[in-house]
Amino acid sequence: MVATQETIDKVKEVSSTYKYGFVTDLEAEKAPLGLSEDIVKFISHKKKEPKWLLEWRLKAYKKWLSMEAPNWAMVDFPKINFQDIYYYSAPKTKPKLNSLDEVDPELLRTYEKLGIPIKEQEVLAGVAVDYVFDSVSVATTFREKLAKEGIIFCPISEAVQSHPELVKKYIGSVIPISDNYYAALNSAVFTDGSFVYIPKGVKCPMELSTYFRINEQNSGQFERTLIIAEDNTYVSYLEGCTAPQRDENQLHAAVVELVAMNNAEIKYSTVQNWYPGDKDGKGGIYNFVTKRGNCLGKKSKISWTQVETGSAITWKYPSCVLKGDDSVGEFYSVAVANNAQQADTGTKMIHIGKNTKSTIISKGISAGKAQNTYRGQVQIQKNAKGSRNFTQCDSLLIGDKCGAHTVPYINQFTPHARVEHEATTSKISEDQLFYCLQRGLDTEQATSLIVNGFCKEVMKELPMEFAVEAQKLIGISLEGSVG
Amino acid sequence: MSLLEIKNAKLKLDDKDILKGLSLSVNSGEVHAIMGPNGSGKSTLSYMLAGRDGYDLESGEVFLEGQSLSDMEADERARSGLFLAFQYPVELPGVGGMSFLREAVNTRRKFLGEEELDHLAFVKEARKVASKMFVKDEMLKRAVNVGFSGGEKKRFEILQMAMLKPKVSILDETDSGLDVDALKIVSDGVNAQRNDENAIVVITHYQRLLDYIVPDFVHILSDGNIIKSGGPELALEVEKNGYAGLINAA
Repeated sequence: MVATQETIDKVKEVSSTYKYGFVTDLEAEKAPLGLSEDIVKFISHKKKEPKWLLEWRLKAYKKWLSMEAPNWAMVDFPKINFQDIYYYSAPKTKPKLNSLDEVDPELLRTYEKLGIPIKEQEVLAGVAVDYVFDSVSVATTFREKLAKEGIIFCPISEAVQSHPELVKKYIGSVIPISDNYYAALNSAVFTDGSFVYIPKGVKCPMELSTYFRINEQNSGQFERTLIIAEDNTYVSYLEGCTAPQRDENQLHAAVVELVAMNNAEIKYSTVQNWYPGDKDGKGGIYNFVTKRGNCLGKKSKISWTQVETGSAITWKYPSCVLKGDDSVGEFYSVAVANNAQQADTGTKMIHIGKNTKSTIISKGISAGKAQNTYRGQVQIQKNAKGSRNFTQCDSLLIGDKCGAHTVPYINQFTPHARVEHEATTSKISEDQLFYCLQRGLDTEQATSLIVNGFCKEVMKELPMEFAVEAQKLIGISLEGSVG
Repeated sequence: MSLLEIKNAKLKLDDKDILKGLSLSVNSGEVHAIMGPNGSGKSTLSYMLAGRDGYDLESGEVFLEGQSLSDMEADERARSGLFLAFQYPVELPGVGGMSFLREAVNTRRKFLGEEELDHLAFVKEARKVASKMFVKDEMLKRAVNVGFSGGEKKRFEILQMAMLKPKVSILDETDSGLDVDALKIVSDGVNAQRNDENAIVVITHYQRLLDYIVPDFVHILSDGNIIKSGGPELALEVEKNGYAGLINAA
């Protein structure tokens, strides 16, 4: 696993500044600035989309115009000027790629700087990766091998062309265009993302992975991911994100939809490290994301694991709708907020089928002046007899200027169900710190160790290679927060 | 050469004089015992030496291998070879014993300019040392000190000492909370590490630990100062007459 080791080493090298803050000098093709019906048409045209999809986009755009941005989250930011964003940006050399050799070398170097050499990963790590650079998917590796199993793993823009029936059937089926303000916006202007289809009876033989990168200035990233797992299947999917260091805020409004049929299991892991802005809160990504999975089938299972260390503002609630009887939803989250970062994140578990189960483990870490909110909803509907939920929300405070908030909503419409909620708030104690220092660890090593211990229940849910990287990331994002 | 040299150490806590001009010299190859009644300043002395925040000297100085500790933070002192076995080892939830040990050992090795141990080499070494201390593998997989019995905590402290190979070790009330069997295991672990290159300072309330870890010198600490020094026989005198007799005589 040379590639993995290299990735780990690269992450190790990272200093206290944001490592991914470089900009790649690529010529990009952009849509005119701003948003209008014409821009929506422009995007659809660029993608050579069928008429139904254009109409769907336009419907979403009209819906979006009639909606208001949500203001219930505990986050504070100036109003976004949606006319000051580029909604489409593609590296100009965007090729039709037959192999990685044809990828723009500049782009490959970018990914190498990010610590994910495509080639090496392809060959050595056995991870199939889709790379989304600004608005377009650059390369999808390992497709042939997956195709032998009947698995479709490709950019969603390509799936629209090659498997329109699947896309048409499922897009918006989990998150309708009217779901919320940012989902409506995404539906109107989404540019790319990943598409995964696992046919009946297939256990995906490798981790599937997408790497998202925002490069262009003033561009938004609106990716759309759709994963469909048919009966008796298993798939594990990872996504990672970075962006260059810029003084302006950039918007990332993604939509991820998961569909799990009978006895299907989808494991979705995220390591989100968008640029968080500087110490005083200048710049950084607004990460306004809608993620939801439908457990449609009996005994289906959807598991969300997220490690959120980046972004100026995170507004994100990966959720599970447990329709199938005996279906299972899980949410494991670590959210780190340092300096001026604001995170309002959590989950929704909607129990509809009988004997459905959900587990929520949320670990929030606040440092600097950061505000970190867990917001979660557990709803047990009338027919969800025998259902169970267990929720545990732990907050760790570092320093005395940050805040942790826990906002759980529990709606139970049947007495034949059990819901448990536990919450704790703690600080890194002086005793713990001194004990580590006395063993020769410096303050940052000690903090990282204690914080990673605090997050352990979540970290162990991550695939091995990601776990190591995520641990380092957490340490890096908290540098300078103690002492 | 003297490994640890305390010169006229004075320290206040909350405006109260705790250490009142304490001096002590410890040479390599020696084991010193510091005995004293409750409130004599034993734990303050160990925190002061280890460099805990809030335990800075008001005046006086401490040298480790000739190097002044006054400008060194706790972690630098530790890396330089000063080890404190805690009276009450601290729990670190979720932090695995093995990874904690490895991080500490590699940090020290790096400081000494030695190559860091990779995972396999480290595990092998740790298991070897642990088995001598009757520390089971299973214990190293658990979170540091979480749910450990009193004896397990102290054995884990001495295991860390054995792995870190410090120049000077301070054992703060290592016998507290131990039954006779555990006391013997822990003492054997300490004795195995005695050599001509290092030194050990045992801080204790009771004489019984000194039956197992036999010191070269015994010092009686009372009211912030060493009032009497002698050989192992001094500990027996404490056992026989109590501290009161010695303090009154001094």
